[in-house]
Amino acid sequence: MKILVPVKRVIDYNVKARVKSDQTGVDLANVKMSMNPFCEIAVEEAIRQKEKGAAEEIVIVSIGPIQAQETIRTALAMGGDRGILIQTDADPEPLQVAKLLRAVADAEGPGLILMGKQAIDGDNNAVGQMLSALLGWPQATFASKVELAVDTVRVTREVDGGLQTLELDLPAVVTADLRLNEPRYASLPNIMKAKKKTIDIKTADDFGGLTGGHLKVLKVTEPPRRVAGVKVETAAELVSKLKTEAGVI
Amino acid sequence: MAVLVVADHDNASLKDNTNKTVTAALALSGDVDVLVAGQGVASVAAAAAGIAGVRKVLTAESDALGKQVAEAVAACIVPLMAGYDAVLIPATAAGKNFAPRIAALLDVAPISEIIEVLGPGTFVRPIYAGNALETVRSTDAKPVITVRATAFKAAGEGGSAAIEAIDPGPGAPRTRFISDELVKSDRPELAGARIVVSGGRAMGSAEEFHRVIEPLADRLGAAVGASRAAVDAGYAPNDYQVGQTGKVVAPQLYIAVGISGAIQHLAGMKDSKVIVAINKDADAPIFQVADYGLVADYKTAVPDLMAALADAGH
Repeated sequence: MKILVPVKRVIDYNVKARVKSDQTGVDLANVKMSMNPFCEIAVEEAIRQKEKGAAEEIVIVSIGPIQAQETIRTALAMGGDRGILIQTDADPEPLQVAKLLRAVADAEGPGLILMGKQAIDGDNNAVGQMLSALLGWPQATFASKVELAVDTVRVTREVDGGLQTLELDLPAVVTADLRLNEPRYASLPNIMKAKKKTIDIKTADDFGGLTGGHLKVLKVTEPPRRVAGVKVETAAELVSKLKTEAGVI
Repeated sequence: MAVLVVADHDNASLKDNTNKTVTAALALSGDVDVLVAGQGVASVAAAAAGIAGVRKVLTAESDALGKQVAEAVAACIVPLMAGYDAVLIPATAAGKNFAPRIAALLDVAPISEIIEVLGPGTFVRPIYAGNALETVRSTDAKPVITVRATAFKAAGEGGSAAIEAIDPGPGAPRTRFISDELVKSDRPELAGARIVVSGGRAMGSAEEFHRVIEPLADRLGAAVGASRAAVDAGYAPNDYQVGQTGKVVAPQLYIAVGISGAIQHLAGMKDSKVIVAINKDADAPIFQVADYGLVADYKTAVPDLMAALADAGH
């Protein structure tokens, strides 16, 4: 079985996003960029499935600027087999991304699409669900355990109040949550090997084109700031303040 | 225009997120209907009919809807949208699961976790883990929106909407429910609790988390939360996670014990009315958002706090 893993290049997890003064967006100039952490978990899971013998090939796909090749290369160094970059300097909306990925899935014919539950830039948490809907495939989001069989996949999901286990007919879309696994670091030999793996550079037009946007961002602003309060010396003083000053207990 | 709200419930009781989402919906339209999709939902539907401002309650029941299977929920809602101009869904794990599926089937761009309604198609939503707020306008005729419930006041009681059963749709023929593992707890639910006590990585183990955090929560009648670091380390279940990638809470009182205050955690609790931080590191970022900070090791501070609460009659 082939597993398709879409990955996104985003602002590094440890960098604090700063809003541009003209309110047009977040300043990404000279900011460290990395693979979205949930995408990394999805890549790791695909590799583990291959190591278990449940999959033969892992195809990594990313939509973004030419630098997104580095993100694909990282996934290849972890253990992906080959990559596809749909190169665009546009910042496509989740629906546009889902449509491009549908075309990639139509061309590649994967048995499973494994991807992160959300990207930490737009925080939409939408592409996996939309891709699954567009393909007419079953979906299992927020996976904390994935058991891949020949025709089905059993997924334990993080839900409100605990866990839910579903069994889906393949092909299907599964999105990764935090506890699914701990992604590996690529070893130096694997980083070297990844340099020889193929990345096909394509355009959106190769996959049906970038459809029209449905959303217009009017502005991006700083959230209101909370100001630091006071330090208390003892637990007794804390309780007294919570009772008389704040009135919350 | 008419707006559909999808109720948050567990088949037995209606969750307060629904009332808050109704408030967001009423900012768009006076004609707000609530859909209760589930199994055995008569009491949930009755509660929804009592929300002030609700025009009509629709119920759809099937096994797959009872388990909130996304394919089934989407298949039920998509045909209903012929009669509505927008659908608003609480941004719970269940809602986030099925909302984008509905959107894609309608060829609509979903709008995730709005915190403010500015106009018929214009909304404010947090991006970058809450480090920025995006004002976005939808050009879709029928937007599909998830609502961060903590940003809206709950609609009150006093309504008496009619209840009407509708076709539950075809279910989810290619998805089978296998099992649930739901945590049973007498504590209030994290998302709607008046007080939340959260523990962080400083706890050091799951045993310590239970020993320290839970008794404090119980003394205050509070829900238990955890930082992502504590969840990552296996000290607390994922369902406890407060933060941008976990639950967003806005209680009257939030007590952070041994939590440093990573950006992603702050995104999940900074709208709380009063924040208390207990941390032995005086420079921990959590103190920058705390109304009351106690610089102390939790190992002594929490027992002291328990004693002080007991002295104060808690």
